[in-house]
Amino acid sequence: MMKNVIEVENLVKKFGSFVAVNNLTFTVGKGEIFGLLGANGAGKTTTIRMLCGLLSPTSGKISVAGYDAYTQPEQIRANIGYMSQKFSLYSDLTVWENIRFFGGIYGLWGKALKGRALELVEEFKMHDFKDIMVESLPVGWRQRISLAVSLVHKPPVIFLDEPTSGVDPVARRMFWETIHHISSLGTTVIVTTHYMDEAEYCHTALVMVDGKIGALGKPGELKQKYVVETMNELFLSLARNGNTKS
Amino acid sequence: MAQSSFLNFITKEFKHIFRDTRTLLIVLVMPVIQLLIFGFVISSEIKNANYAVLDYSNDYLTKRLVQRISSSGYFNFKGYLNSYGEIEKVFKNGDAKLVLIIGNNFSQKLQNDRFANYQVVTDASDPNTASILASYVQGIVNSFTTEYFGLTRQKQRVSVQSRMLYNEEMNSAFMFVPGTMVLILMLVTAMMTSISITREKELGTMEILLVSPLKPWQIVVGKVIPYIGIAFTNVLVIILMGYTVFHLPLRGNMLLLLGVSSLFILLALSLGILISTLSKSQAVAMFISMFALMLPTILLSGFIFPIENMPKLLQWLSLIMPPRWFLSALKTIMIKGQGFQYVLKEVMVMIAMTLVFIGLSIKKFKVRLE
Repeated sequence: MMKNVIEVENLVKKFGSFVAVNNLTFTVGKGEIFGLLGANGAGKTTTIRMLCGLLSPTSGKISVAGYDAYTQPEQIRANIGYMSQKFSLYSDLTVWENIRFFGGIYGLWGKALKGRALELVEEFKMHDFKDIMVESLPVGWRQRISLAVSLVHKPPVIFLDEPTSGVDPVARRMFWETIHHISSLGTTVIVTTHYMDEAEYCHTALVMVDGKIGALGKPGELKQKYVVETMNELFLSLARNGNTKS
Repeated sequence: MAQSSFLNFITKEFKHIFRDTRTLLIVLVMPVIQLLIFGFVISSEIKNANYAVLDYSNDYLTKRLVQRISSSGYFNFKGYLNSYGEIEKVFKNGDAKLVLIIGNNFSQKLQNDRFANYQVVTDASDPNTASILASYVQGIVNSFTTEYFGLTRQKQRVSVQSRMLYNEEMNSAFMFVPGTMVLILMLVTAMMTSISITREKELGTMEILLVSPLKPWQIVVGKVIPYIGIAFTNVLVIILMGYTVFHLPLRGNMLLLLGVSSLFILLALSLGILISTLSKSQAVAMFISMFALMLPTILLSGFIFPIENMPKLLQWLSLIMPPRWFLSALKTIMIKGQGFQYVLKEVMVMIAMTLVFIGLSIKKFKVRLE
């Protein structure tokens, strides 16, 4: 494995007496697609939000792109892209304006901004609708644009929180192809999903059960280890056993 | 980086405003319409009120008096009554708002005894109008009698001459122009900013902004700047319209007036930001703005109802209403033409309020991030 881009050690997040994330430890290498899987409420989103600096951890260590989450949150922010669970572009702006706006908040401007925006339009094949208001585009395309926007400042790491929820199977498939493409260019991708079949597309999968690690490893190895055919079966068996595993 | 980011942010915010017809109407068209409505509908002076006369003297002088009242512009003569009993009838039919009763031998008594009786009866189902009309008639009768019996004046022991300082003509624009300005600034700045910030929360774009290298204060300032511009434009438009359409004299220092207005814009913005930190959705922000800002602005700021007439409890409550202080400063500067030292108290209170609201917002914003 190459140099680790993300290192998490004994990460805990409590909301009052409720432990949302319980003692998580894992590392993610450069260019890896790392899937955070689990049922709703298993702690995926809480984990990803802590990694992005939207939530502060109760205890534990986080380092992202070589920066410490407690002491260097600003450096982390400049080096990550984030696509939230909710669709989050400005629907009354055009695709082009959205890309330019988000590029602008990352400090891009002038020729550099225009150049990068054109690059993304090219890369995501958005020529035909770059001047269309986002509100009039179908959901699948909006997700692609969200992804493009999260890449505007060429971050070494991107976090995608449930990027494919509510998207039809064909668009999901396309979306994952894009993710693989991004990863092949060296960008590390952390993605949460509750579609277990999508775990197969990840290099490494972390299945969360009640805030803890249910299983962690390459999808192929995990299926062998737990003697199951698909990741979905693995997930169901873990969920049945409940909180006994750690 | 900061500069280009800000510019970027402001451009985006203006696009939001200009692409949404509803927002555009609220921030640019509504202020003008509101001012016109308040200007032409709410008017404290009454013109052409119907009145009738019950004249027991019916001599030359009383006829002249009736003529004088009818030609004053305030009253519209509807005819003579024959008996006291008819008074109630004309009120009930709505034919008249006021009846003037002149005692018998009016001119004779006035000449001989320097003393005569008249009575004013008004329809007080609308008490404000009634008392204003009664005072109009008294004024006209007084000036009429002094004119005809000029000498009597010296014999009067006490004569009261009241003058309405700063507003001799009782022009109601003096009341509603500053009032409308307060209302509109509250609406455009406090309500619109609180809604536009919560919209980002609702849409989820706020999260994306918070994950970016922008600091929270930069996000808020970027969102707020366009509204400062719009609010300031509104101030200029209202002052201009007050001056040209409603003949409001601008007695005070223009710079001071604009300075105090800017301070209030900041105050309203800080309130709007505070509201946005308290509400999760646009609907909630709108609701809080309506009930926490609009109603107190109209009811407790002294805009329509004089603070001095309120129960003690409401008077105390009005002390913590930001619009009250701005309104008071506005009137002092615009109408009395006073300088800075006369609005020092208001300015200090507004600065203190702004600081408190900003402080609270910062605290709340941080809590949200944790």
